[in-house]
Amino acid sequence: MNWYGIAAIWRFEMGRFFRSILQSIVSPVVSTALYFVVFGAAIGSRMPEIESVDYGAFIVPGLIMLTVLQQSVQNAGFGIYFPKFIGTIYEVLSAPISSLEIVIGYVGAAATKSMLIGLIILVTSLFFVDFSIIHPVLMLAFLVLTAVSFSLLGFILGIWARNFEQLNLVPLLVVTPLVFLGGSFYSVSMLPPFWQNVSLLNPVLYLVSGFRWSFFGTADVPIVASLAAIFVFAGICLGIVWWIFRTGFRLKS
Amino acid sequence: MPSIVKVEDLRKTYDNGLEALKGVTLDIEEGEILALLGPNGAGKTTLISTICGITRPTSGRISVGGYDVQSEWRETRKLIGLVPQEINLEPFELVQNTLRFSRGLFGKPRNDALVDGVLKDLSLYERRGSRTSELSGGMRRRVLIAKALSHEPRVLFLDEPTAGVDVELRRDMWALAKRLREDGVTIILTTHYIEEAEAIADRVGVINSGELLLVEEKSALMQRLGRKEIRIKLTEPVEVIPDALAEYDLIRSKDGRSLIYAYKTTGERTGITRLLTAVQAAGLTLSDIQTRQSSLEEIFVRLVREEVA
Ligand SMILES: Nc1ncnc2c1ncn2[C@@H]1O[C@H](COP(=O)(O)OP(=O)(O)OP(=O)(O)O)[C@@H](O)[C@H]1O
Ligand SMILES: [Mg+2]
Repeated sequence: MNWYGIAAIWRFEMGRFFRSILQSIVSPVVSTALYFVVFGAAIGSRMPEIESVDYGAFIVPGLIMLTVLQQSVQNAGFGIYFPKFIGTIYEVLSAPISSLEIVIGYVGAAATKSMLIGLIILVTSLFFVDFSIIHPVLMLAFLVLTAVSFSLLGFILGIWARNFEQLNLVPLLVVTPLVFLGGSFYSVSMLPPFWQNVSLLNPVLYLVSGFRWSFFGTADVPIVASLAAIFVFAGICLGIVWWIFRTGFRLKS
Repeated sequence: MPSIVKVEDLRKTYDNGLEALKGVTLDIEEGEILALLGPNGAGKTTLISTICGITRPTSGRISVGGYDVQSEWRETRKLIGLVPQEINLEPFELVQNTLRFSRGLFGKPRNDALVDGVLKDLSLYERRGSRTSELSGGMRRRVLIAKALSHEPRVLFLDEPTAGVDVELRRDMWALAKRLREDGVTIILTTHYIEEAEAIADRVGVINSGELLLVEEKSALMQRLGRKEIRIKLTEPVEVIPDALAEYDLIRSKDGRSLIYAYKTTGERTGITRLLTAVQAAGLTLSDIQTRQSSLEEIFVRLVREEVA
């Protein structure tokens, strides 16, 4: 294994994050605060408790998931797209570093960033609502798995994208709606039966549900289903990444 | 000298059907400077990219340091440093960070002393804390070279290293190339400047439309294909070339004050002595004699033209 190579990519990518540290941290904190003001205080005060969890606390896991998913896809997508776009990718492609190591470097950095942001949101939300996490280890495990698998998705996107519009389109048109419709801000049990069944097709539902279970012990779907879903999703992404490197898809001529 | 890079019958057809390399065979000797000359689109960059593993060969074999670039890519790539033709740099990153990144990427542990040394060699040390986007074009090109050197390659590919570089810097780069060769680094450079090949190369390869037309010792090439000219200056201008000198195919300069005789340096007899005697016999008085050797550029142009014809 080329550990120095993996570390070099990881450090370089994290450098991008820390160069704009203010922006990296301030914007999720501000948007979290806004969500709490709007959903938690304004709407939440008129909402009943959901499954005996105060509404303000109920939305915390969904909010973290929303940001982690968006950030993972965006960071990983940009991380590999940018070198491709400006041409510095030549160096990575000519270095003694395997595809697996390249993926670990880029995806690892993207996942690290989004997890950091997720934890920042968690801490921020403690200023607004009171809650405790009943399965902290599982919560972290969910966070890691989600960040990694959606960073993989972002990586695929970054390699596939031919321009910035394509790069931004998928997070905007696919990821964000899936998160909003995946029970981030409500329990799917509140929906009519037909829409409940439709929601079950949404992979993000399983993530949010499992993540929320690690907080409060309540979930829309069984925790096993959540775990299975995330592994299947990660597996599919890994398969696509493997195919990309085997064929050199949009990387090598 | 053992060869460090071996290319055997390398073919590359791009996805769009363009045949960029049509069976190139090339041995690069350890420690030499090889200059690859060729017009735009000849396939120089394709050849280099394929050896470095950025482009996949359609067929053929390449080995570097005895390792196969396809099956033992980790070994071959450790040996290679690549300076690409296009200036591609992460714009917001600091110069010294981009070097550290390159070194790590190639599997080498951090070594600030070495990185500083490379920066000094390329007169970039003062700018180590600048963002690459704040540098001039010539400096950026040097950063690219520094990045390639930061992981201590044994074979260095320079794809048009002096394009858009001023005369002074070009000479600095030539000096650097010679210094690297003294350290045992093998250098392959592509260029459009024949004077560059003439100044630093040990051997010269000429490539055109995906075919390697020749690879030869620079001096041998100059000798084999080199023509020399003698320019005989006369004290009195002549209106016509005397009949007695007809067999020498002389060219009369416009003002009639000189006669030009071209000959091949490789010929057993150049005919100079006979010519000079004949000139005297024709009653002409010489005021001066100059000789001139044709440059690689002229040789190169002739080769490419013959290829087209
Ligand atoms: N990715 C690619 N896809 C298709 N054709 C390509 C690609 N890259 C290069 N070519 C074609 O291959 C041929 C050789 O190109 P190459 O870049 O190797 O030439 P070169 O000798 O480096 O030229 P120059 O002196 O202009 O740099 C050209 O006809 C070029 O158009
Ligand atoms: Mg080129």
